[in-house]
Amino acid sequence: MSPKNDIIKQKLQEKFGDQVCDFQETYGILSFETDKELNLKLIQFLYDDAELQFKFLTDLCAVHYPDQAERELAIVYHLHNLVENIRIRVKVYININHPNIYTATKLFEAANWMERETHDFYGINFIGHPNLKRILNVEEMDYFPMRKNYPLEDQTRIDKDDEMFGRGGNF
Amino acid sequence: MLNNKHINLPEGSIEKKTTTLNLGPTHPATHGVFQNIVELDGERIVSAEQTIGYIHRAFEKIAERRPLYQITPLTDRLNYCSAPINNMGWHMTCEKLLRITIPKRVDYLRVIIMELARISDHLICNSIVGVDTGAYTGFLYVMQYRELIYEIYEEVCGSRLTTNMGRIGGFERDFTNAAFQKLEMFLKEYPKVLKEFENLFQRNRIFMERTMGTGAISAERALNYGFTGPNLRAAGVDYDVRIHTPYRSYEDFEFTIPVGTTGDNYDRWLVRSQEMWQSINIIEQAYKKVQAFTGAEAGVFHADIPEYYLPEKKEVYNKMEALIWHFKIIMGEIDIPLGEVYHSVEGANGELGFYLISDGGRTPYRLHFRRPCFIYYQAYAELTKGAILSDAIVTMSSLNLIAGEMDA
Repeated sequence: MSPKNDIIKQKLQEKFGDQVCDFQETYGILSFETDKELNLKLIQFLYDDAELQFKFLTDLCAVHYPDQAERELAIVYHLHNLVENIRIRVKVYININHPNIYTATKLFEAANWMERETHDFYGINFIGHPNLKRILNVEEMDYFPMRKNYPLEDQTRIDKDDEMFGRGGNF
Repeated sequence: MLNNKHINLPEGSIEKKTTTLNLGPTHPATHGVFQNIVELDGERIVSAEQTIGYIHRAFEKIAERRPLYQITPLTDRLNYCSAPINNMGWHMTCEKLLRITIPKRVDYLRVIIMELARISDHLICNSIVGVDTGAYTGFLYVMQYRELIYEIYEEVCGSRLTTNMGRIGGFERDFTNAAFQKLEMFLKEYPKVLKEFENLFQRNRIFMERTMGTGAISAERALNYGFTGPNLRAAGVDYDVRIHTPYRSYEDFEFTIPVGTTGDNYDRWLVRSQEMWQSINIIEQAYKKVQAFTGAEAGVFHADIPEYYLPEKKEVYNKMEALIWHFKIIMGEIDIPLGEVYHSVEGANGELGFYLISDGGRTPYRLHFRRPCFIYYQAYAELTKGAILSDAIVTMSSLNLIAGEMDA
């Protein structure tokens, strides 16, 4: 682990103790996990601390792990300290039956649409979001398409009328 | 008070003091399929709401079923004004995950192409700002040189707009002499054209009055909104992925990052214009470096990775091993190592990131694109609040919004 990442890890452990865990450094980015109640506090701490200064939200997305009971959905934040050029990745796992988590929109305006997108595709309910509705899909949609229980169409299916899709038939 | 039986107005519409106007989804000024619902008080914008998603194609979902090399054509269709940057950004992400080292010559060739793509993207954006302020001439004039850039793409990979250029590990073939000749021609002719293009706008009083002070954003707000690329730099923050986290040997080149101060439409235009000069500078340096290779190195155009790089056709027909690799690659029968990687490149309109999670299978477990203009388009409502409608149009085009990228 690079020296700076060690300092970050130490500072977080001092502040949050066991509630931050699973520290890893993969491909140069420090990655760790935190409790779902803590996500906002942790990001706020990373933002405010004079030494850490993670003031730029690069990316926010979710991942679905259907096999992990009670922690099926992961929300992944990529934060960036632009002054020292350090990136970190924060992960929060939540239960798919209670997909509630605090919004980061109070801290980052950028989180607004990123959270809407995550809500749109994974059905995560960001508590306190000013305008949590679908963004890329139609509003009438009643499922969350990026979840793994909605597989893509079987490419070998033959029950479809190919002519309707411009394939097959007589041209 | 109103007693007209023939016209059925929605309730409350007479008392309403403002006008609702739909800009888009197919308005000529949106330059892409997205919508703005603006609330107007006379000509002033009271509030704006953006609607996007009209060309959402579920790339992230589709990518979960495709082997790595088949995802390249999906990235073409993100920012289609500078497709090679997306292609190479994706290839670099794969190379990072697979821990492949790339020969220097490939790096330099990629830099040439990526900078050409940056020029073509900025050229479109800047000339479109001109069109939206009423100056069509510049747009038509520079098209000729975008065409030349597309011809270079064509020489390198065979296609022009959605290029699907390169492979994991390098290029599908070496650059032809014609490609280098066209590049030389571009380097010789384009600076003069760019100078002339600048003369049309930079000190043009009408253009300055239309763009200065409109659509401005402070550095602090821009960072909070997740701005990257020229739009962030116009607000005065010197963040550029090419400098901060050099990829593809960008550390070997000498260039400066132009920075604005006010973050308004005029500064965005200037930053893009200056970046084109810097790109020409980088291409010249890279071309010199490419020419300096001698002996066997002078013909290197890909890394030696038989698991991911398709063997030459001639060998596929004659050698068993090459045939096996060809089959395995085409059928996507190669397991990707387990891992999680985030890689970003300086796309033409901001930081284009790829977040790839592999569970050791043959396709990505999850792929997320960090699309710069999806993120900064959020600020449009704030940028245009209180502005005149015609300024809002200029703001929209100077943000360089690409619907394909926004909707993924």
